[in-house]
Amino acid sequence: MVGLVVVSHSRKAADGIVEVAAEMGGDTPIEAAGGDGDGVIGTNVDRISNALVAADDGDGVVVLVDLGSAVMNAEVAIEMHDGEAVIADSPVLEGAVNAAVAATDPNATLESVVEQAEAAVAIDKT
Amino acid sequence: MSGDGAVVVAAVEAVADRIQAERDHLTDLDSAIGDADHGGNMARGWAEAAEAVADLADPDAQTAVKTAGKTVLSEVGGAAGPLYGGSLVFASQELEGGVTPETAVAFAETYLEKVQDRGDASVGAGTMVDALTPAVHTFKKSIETDELPPLEALTKAVAAAEAGVQFTVPIRASKGRASYLGWRSVGHQDPGATSTLYIMEELLAVAAGHLDSEVPDVDASSPTIPDAEAAEE
Repeated sequence: MVGLVVVSHSRKAADGIVEVAAEMGGDTPIEAAGGDGDGVIGTNVDRISNALVAADDGDGVVVLVDLGSAVMNAEVAIEMHDGEAVIADSPVLEGAVNAAVAATDPNATLESVVEQAEAAVAIDKT
Repeated sequence: MSGDGAVVVAAVEAVADRIQAERDHLTDLDSAIGDADHGGNMARGWAEAAEAVADLADPDAQTAVKTAGKTVLSEVGGAAGPLYGGSLVFASQELEGGVTPETAVAFAETYLEKVQDRGDASVGAGTMVDALTPAVHTFKKSIETDELPPLEALTKAVAAAEAGVQFTVPIRASKGRASYLGWRSVGHQDPGATSTLYIMEELLAVAAGHLDSEVPDVDASSPTIPDAEAAEE
């Protein structure tokens, strides 16, 4: 099954987004990689690397990110990761929810899950 | 321990000491336009890197650079971790054959490419790229075109980085945390460009010590730019 990793500067935000996405995500493996490791706002490559390993059961991982260094640290972690993983160009929460649902499709692939995550850009709220 | 690896270890230790000494200054610069964590994060990460390379048994240059980079990557965190540490890890491959003027140029170019690519920043965005780019270009030209001795080439590169740091002051930042401030970033020196300069100054000092010579006085102009007299001939 395609897995998800949610990267945010805030540990609480990452945990909370995982909580929301898991509600819709059935058995989808979803891991949070929030904060810099010391309970401070930031992102940390080792946390993301560990989350990738935990979320990857061989079918690849879609990574949802918030801002700035979250993107850079996710890129580095993906380069060092042994499996396949890609960053979705999407809003972090909406993308995570979309991806979690998409991953439950029995025909889901890494590509189809990324595509659904990125479709979250177009969610209309007004 | 001897050879190139030992020089790299000495350089990492010198950088760690310098960043520690400049910690409050870097924090002040980052307080003005960022989140005030650059001094603390860099000081902690480079101190860990110095310990990590000191623990290596007779490392070659590539291993020492890679180890320092990995430690900075993990311990500095934020954006600086991947930018300083990740780029060192990636560029360390150029030092497989040890440190020569040629591999040093390749290392510098690869490091710059990785920083630009990772940060998605080009010159003029008010970032470390503004210090790094002129420094790397000057170093490459000094070695490859002007055929200057390595120490002179590095001295010119440091002077170019210094000018690049000054260039970040009047620039409106368009990348990095400072870009969120828009016009308010104008008038502030970029902390990343500044710490990049400190790192280069320490590399120069360690290289001069290793080569047992004084840092030369260099003319900022290039010997390959023809002077007026030559142009008339």
